Amino acid sequence: MVERRGISDYIAHAILIVGVLIIAFPVYVCFIGSTHPKDIIANGDMPLWPGPVFWQTYRDALFAGSNTTTRQPVIQMLANSFWMAIIITTGKIAISILSAYAVVYFKFPFQRTAFWLIFMTLMLPVEVRIYPTYKIVSDMHLLDTFTGLTVPLIASATATLFFRQFFMTIPDELVEASKLDGAGPIKFFVDTVLPLSRTNIAALFVILFIYGWNQYLWPLLITTREEMQTIVIGIKKMIVTADALTEWNTVLATTMLAMLPPVLVVVLMQRWFVKGLVETEK
Amino acid sequence: MEKRAIFGGWLVPYLLLVPQMVVVLFFFYWPAVQTVWQSFLLEDAFGLRTDFVWFDNYKDLASREYLQTIGRTVVFSTCVTVLSLSIALLLAIQADKSIKGAGVYKTLLIWPYAVAPAVAGVLWLFMFQPSLGVVARAMRNLGIPWNPMLNGNHALLLVILASVWKQISYNFLFFLAGLQAIPRAVHEAAAIDGASRTRRFWTVTFPLLAPTGFFLLTVNIVYAFFDTFGIIDAMTGGGPSKATETLVYSVFFQGRLGGNLGASAAQSVALMVIIVALTAVQFRFIERKVTY
Repeated sequence: MVERRGISDYIAHAILIVGVLIIAFPVYVCFIGSTHPKDIIANGDMPLWPGPVFWQTYRDALFAGSNTTTRQPVIQMLANSFWMAIIITTGKIAISILSAYAVVYFKFPFQRTAFWLIFMTLMLPVEVRIYPTYKIVSDMHLLDTFTGLTVPLIASATATLFFRQFFMTIPDELVEASKLDGAGPIKFFVDTVLPLSRTNIAALFVILFIYGWNQYLWPLLITTREEMQTIVIGIKKMIVTADALTEWNTVLATTMLAMLPPVLVVVLMQRWFVKGLVETEK
Repeated sequence: MEKRAIFGGWLVPYLLLVPQMVVVLFFFYWPAVQTVWQSFLLEDAFGLRTDFVWFDNYKDLASREYLQTIGRTVVFSTCVTVLSLSIALLLAIQADKSIKGAGVYKTLLIWPYAVAPAVAGVLWLFMFQPSLGVVARAMRNLGIPWNPMLNGNHALLLVILASVWKQISYNFLFFLAGLQAIPRAVHEAAAIDGASRTRRFWTVTFPLLAPTGFFLLTVNIVYAFFDTFGIIDAMTGGGPSKATETLVYSVFFQGRLGGNLGASAAQSVALMVIIVALTAVQFRFIERKVTY
């Protein structure tokens, strides 16, 4: 380091600790709320330390429905969110890696057109074409199905660009060697390109899983049946009922459960997460 | 840049492209075309008649109500962008100092990226809910008036806070990467020349971090415009009396339950123009290498 440390290091620690605490505080309050009976919360008397009903709240939220609202057990919502996220993630990775392979390793008519058609979807987020997209899915009778929930979201310009960028760095000698051995494009893809792409796929998987799990606007429109509800939508629906009836402890327990999987993915796979986030934006 | 060694034939690449093309054409371009078409149409209240009305729906974009929504969105996006960028920069600079436990701080600061916008909204709503939130209670005890359910400015502030909270981690990560890419030698050279810590920040760190900052600026504007939908919907539903309705929320609200689809479509087209401009700026100035 450049000059004498000491004071400056203490200041750095102090700022970072304050930052960490402020960032964590909302989740702490949420956790505390999920361990107190709903009356205490409703009265505005909730203390800032854990209460007595942790197990009961989470068990009820996960496995029991509710009689004041028409709520499904949260375990069902978790399963829906999980499958939605997995289908979106694998779908995006699969179709993007194939498109990128086609664009990089072949020469064919309308190649540029194909590339630009994929690339331009960056400028068409679902928010700017909500109702027509909804109508198409509805006309295809795909409302309340996993197909309708996921397929319209699996095109991915970002992932295609990401793979294209990576394929450009694979040395041409590998293709030439492979061709000499008499391998065709499919064999080269399976034997060489896929194994080389492992870390990139892992990195994409992490950020796309989070993207899929956290979807909001699309499932809000596409799912109407209770048993198709994802957990993020489920939370919102639990609060909408008249304020006094909101079972805040259940809502907060569900909120904790909704955060747990994607946050765990980020923390446990931090290396892939950072790689995926930073490199897809380049 | 192109590959020298490529495979012949065109059937295989077409087959490889089919899945993505089908999704893109069916669920992106076709609805986008429909949106533009719909923006020229007017449906009567019962959906029995549809008239082609040329640019009538676009005239509403100049209405006082819509101009207010534009103004509100600008205020909202500016606050979210400025706050989340400056807080993230402050934290990244501290974490970049080679102090003990820098890695731990990093982990503890990046996880909110994984929290869904709507869930972030619920977290902040619960703290600031006027009758039962812990922070609202503390504010009441201090005599600070607070009621986001009735007061539009309070509601807007609350939505901004939740949006900033969620975005800090992303900005932090990119600022930290940008800072770590600046060679130590540059700092040392400036220090030897007798530049103070503050001076070094403004003359060395800040200019070298500018590309990162500019990139983040556009990303944050896009975030504030589009990705905050879940936060707003979960916290306020655009209320009270539209105080938290942004441009995207307005598109959703106008067209809901088959309401005014023409107006909603015209607003969507306006948003498309905005996002095309933002993306163009991003690619023009940040050399994301998409030369093809």
